[in-house]
Amino acid sequence: MEISERGLWTLIHGMGFGALFLLTCSGAILELWWGYGKDSAPAAAKQESFFRVYLGTMAALAWLTVFTGAYVIYPWYRAAPPPETAQLTGFPQYLLQSSPGTSAWHSLGMEWKEHVAWLAPISMTMAFAVFLQYGRSLRGHPQLRNAVLGFVLVSFVSAGIAGFFGAMIDKTAPVQGGAIFRLAEGQSR
Amino acid sequence: MKAVESGPPNGSGAAAVLAAGIGAFALAVLAIAVGKIAWLTQVMVFYKPTGPLSGVTTSAILIWLAAWMILNARWRGRNVAAARVSAAAFVLLGVSLLLTFPPFADLF
Repeated sequence: MEISERGLWTLIHGMGFGALFLLTCSGAILELWWGYGKDSAPAAAKQESFFRVYLGTMAALAWLTVFTGAYVIYPWYRAAPPPETAQLTGFPQYLLQSSPGTSAWHSLGMEWKEHVAWLAPISMTMAFAVFLQYGRSLRGHPQLRNAVLGFVLVSFVSAGIAGFFGAMIDKTAPVQGGAIFRLAEGQSR
Repeated sequence: MKAVESGPPNGSGAAAVLAAGIGAFALAVLAIAVGKIAWLTQVMVFYKPTGPLSGVTTSAILIWLAAWMILNARWRGRNVAAARVSAAAFVLLGVSLLLTFPPFADLF
């Protein structure tokens, strides 16, 4: 059982930062919906502090996801093969574009993913900054609370789109290469 | 009805919300522009291995942060029409979401 260095980075990016961000979205949406409405019971100081850390962690995860995606994995994805290369397995974008059956994974999937993903960190940083400043008094600013909730929802949708296409593209044309890490020794039959 | 703390004026929060909408919109517009204008494609290559995506996202982040700083300087300590500001931010965000979708982007 082994994994390549590039494969490990896609795991860290998608299954680590990205999936963790998506998992935390439901908690933030519920807390903003139930805990900070006009008629909600005021949050305890401890609960409020926890939610501050929670939103800050979400913003950090969103940034880590897009930066590892754009600056670590994307260069491997878009690398051009040397001229006259027939074997395209190490060049995922070119591999996808080489067949009509897979080209839309790039022209639609990757083209959408690489841009829409950035709405998540922008939205979450705003949500974190607003909550950092207003905390429980957000209950007294329903329009602000609704705006924060809406942006968190959009960050969830945009991260979901990026995550879906990331997973599907990597299934079709995996980013592979680099050093090999052996995780366990198997037995041949 | 439970007592609601009014807290600080809404200006800073509204500035953050609208700036996020502006940042998202800037990202979508730059992404489309780079696909259509050849010289801009070259200019937007801030980091060669990542290509024009590096410039598009870095520029959008800078526009977002600049808008946030300017709006916050103007609205801090004041109450603004938060409903209208939020509506504008949502329109910008919604349009950005649509514009990043390649079939929509290809219409321009």
